[in-house]
Amino acid sequence: MNHDPYQWGRPSDQTYGQYNHAIANAKNAPAEHDSFPKMNTQNPIITSTSVLGIKYKDGIVMAADNLGSYGSLLRFNNIERLIKVGKETVVGVSGDISDFQQLQRILDELETEQEVYDNFGDNNLRAPHVHEFLSRVLYNRRSKMNPLWNSVIVAGFNDDRSPFLKYIDMLGVTYGASTLATGFGSYLAVPLLRKVIPEDKDYVNVSEEEAKKVIMDSMRVLFYRDARSAETFTLVTLNSEGVKYDKQVQVSNQSWEFAKDITGYGSKQL
Amino acid sequence: MFRNNYDNDSVTYSPTGRLFQVEYALEAIKQGSAAVGVASKTHVVLVGLKRNAEELGSYQKKLIKIDNHMGVALAGLAPDARVLTNFLRKQAMNSKLVFNRPLSTSSAVLSIADKAQENTQSYGSRPYGVGLLVSGYDETGSHLYEFQPSGSVLEYYGASIGARSQAARTYLEKNLEKIRESASMEELIVHGLNALRDTLSQDVELTFKNTSVSVVGKDTNFTVYEDEDVQQWLDKLDSVTNSSNRNDEDEEEDAGAAAEAEGNDAGNQDTTEDRMETDE
Repeated sequence: MNHDPYQWGRPSDQTYGQYNHAIANAKNAPAEHDSFPKMNTQNPIITSTSVLGIKYKDGIVMAADNLGSYGSLLRFNNIERLIKVGKETVVGVSGDISDFQQLQRILDELETEQEVYDNFGDNNLRAPHVHEFLSRVLYNRRSKMNPLWNSVIVAGFNDDRSPFLKYIDMLGVTYGASTLATGFGSYLAVPLLRKVIPEDKDYVNVSEEEAKKVIMDSMRVLFYRDARSAETFTLVTLNSEGVKYDKQVQVSNQSWEFAKDITGYGSKQL
Repeated sequence: MFRNNYDNDSVTYSPTGRLFQVEYALEAIKQGSAAVGVASKTHVVLVGLKRNAEELGSYQKKLIKIDNHMGVALAGLAPDARVLTNFLRKQAMNSKLVFNRPLSTSSAVLSIADKAQENTQSYGSRPYGVGLLVSGYDETGSHLYEFQPSGSVLEYYGASIGARSQAARTYLEKNLEKIRESASMEELIVHGLNALRDTLSQDVELTFKNTSVSVVGKDTNFTVYEDEDVQQWLDKLDSVTNSSNRNDEDEEEDAGAAAEAEGNDAGNQDTTEDRMETDE
């Protein structure tokens, strides 16, 4: 038997005449002579939704749910997307999960190289360095027309111990703000977060409790309205005491009481 | 007659566990003119004595800038120093580009130490024939390192390399406290020049032509003072000649004598089966 799938099931030319290659632009060339020598990622497969981040007086609060969607199928529900890099930096990743896992490996390697090898303990890797590094990685990949399909938020501290919060996406675009979100969150959550921090410098007026509350509220709104979001998420708090993970947090205080009063789509009364 | 079998390449140990090619490379440093480094808590100063091959020639540069916060002084083969400093510059730029942070002095100096070490255990290569004093100011403060072609790297508060550098070392040891407590970079530079002055042989004095000064530190980018710009620092010295050397008999003596004086016992350890001198 010929094991080349290209050779399977071709109607014999003798019986049916020459195959019309114009149909569906099909090609008859063998695979190795394909006009595409190599195909890069053209779209994400397993995806994850928003990451949220907000600065407060002496730290940062971040959140991201634990869902990996396969298209509209909510396929994986135990994915941790907020990863710790070094001692005091958290990187939150949304977008393609396989590319996220690749980033995870790159960051693990970075940590080994920079924090362990040849280090006298004076060369600590901090958030601004991780952010710069990631922006180089992502920009480099998109410049090769082979992007890592992710949006990333890096949280940590500056040299002067002030909170650090910056964004990078698959194009290598970066920006920083006191409130940041990726994906759906940038439409739904950022407006809520900005009510707490109207201007960038105002983060100094926000307490940890206030920051946590607005993140919890934003996660609830996202669960209401984002069809690719999940009810359980991870909440991370960074402050002078270190990095604290709250896992398996549930969206709470949902209001569905009103639903029973809605009937039909217009004139229906019953 | 006494040809030595153990110094043909850098991968062969002598029966006493020495690598002669590496030791010859260290010898090349002693042939180079002297360089001195001193570090206070806020600044690091490097000074070097430049040599010219002949009256009409220019003076060989002793100080090389790596980055705004780092620079080196060399003694030995200048081309080897160029290779190493170009590598350091690459490391510094990489750190700036990839991490947006200045290269730390310790990782800089360890990176060239690793390069040098490789050349001591691979066939067909030779060790670098240059010693470096690496000065840097980073987030952990001021640092002064001595790099040797053996791959060894040590941190110092005061260090000197090159011909007659033992004399400078003596000055540094005597004045260590004052050097460490230097409040200003001016004070530190004067200490550096005083130490350098002690390496001078008879009939030579520090002039703006043969002296190079560099400083790096808190709020001070690495700066090299050369030619006329050095005069301001020389003016701060009580004398530009080596007073202890004025009635020096042998003009030709150099590092060899100094080394002998301090380490006679070490020199006598040589046995006939394991000797280094191949010249005769």
